[in-house]
Amino acid sequence: MSVKRDSFSVSFTVGLYGSAFGAAGIASHFSVLQTCLLSLLLFSGASQFAVVGVIGAGGSALSAIATSSLLGTRNALYGLRLAPLLKLKGLKKIAGAQITIDESTGVALSQNNESDQIKGFWYTGIGVYIFWNFFTLMGALGAKAMGNPSAWGLDAAVPAAFLGLLWPRLTNFKTRAIAIAATALSLALTPFLPAGVPIISCALLAIFFGWCK
Amino acid sequence: MTIFWISVIGSSFLAFATKLFGASVPESWLSHPRVQRINNLIPIALLSALVAVNSLAEKSKLIIDNRTAGIAAAVALLIAKAPFPIVVVGAAITSATLYRIF
Repeated sequence: MSVKRDSFSVSFTVGLYGSAFGAAGIASHFSVLQTCLLSLLLFSGASQFAVVGVIGAGGSALSAIATSSLLGTRNALYGLRLAPLLKLKGLKKIAGAQITIDESTGVALSQNNESDQIKGFWYTGIGVYIFWNFFTLMGALGAKAMGNPSAWGLDAAVPAAFLGLLWPRLTNFKTRAIAIAATALSLALTPFLPAGVPIISCALLAIFFGWCK
Repeated sequence: MTIFWISVIGSSFLAFATKLFGASVPESWLSHPRVQRINNLIPIALLSALVAVNSLAEKSKLIIDNRTAGIAAAVALLIAKAPFPIVVVGAAITSATLYRIF
């Protein structure tokens, strides 16, 4: 029973944030259809915000795709972690891969037995998918109706959403040091490189610090 | 095709390919501690850069404007342990208020 409750509460709460993404898409001049397709097809929050964030900052499609894809690499590790548990084949594997995200993995791994872990993965993955897409559409339509994004503060809502995703990860000295270094590097490079490139350049910091331990 | 469509389709394709790749490869490929460490740090580096650029840069110039005030409000709300929706709405209200005054 509690796996259903866990899955539902996570799905609904996270799904609500979809409205922030919907609004961010419109603020960055994506259409309602394009914004909704990102939620339907890409379906990974931080990566979706990255696509609209990089394009909104004037970056190229290549920078947007690269930044978004690097942010999505953790989903591969989630898939790797879950594979022996889910043991999926064929169409179910395709569906399972699409809903392999922070939340479905988190709820699955926090259950106590294998049967609840499998249920937690599917309930949460499908639940987030439904609510996230519904609220993306609501947020996009709402933002469209508002008109000028700056007049409603939507241009500040985008970096605030990134900050909200970042904040819980800043758990120790090393992570805070990298956050400060990435902030400084991206701003220092901004006047000299095409928009979007300063952002993706910060991946080098992660590789450097991760390599050195 | 516009830059918007290319980025939507390209990023969606790679996102799915990444998810399917993880579910399909032998465990030894990705379980190296170095891979795990880099993987944990990438979101921190990229999200920090995205916060900075989206609140302090306009094309290739650095500027302080209503967005900067919005992000300062977001920091204050996060320090006060406000939940995500309040942080986003608080930043938007702060930014919109300044935008309409100036």
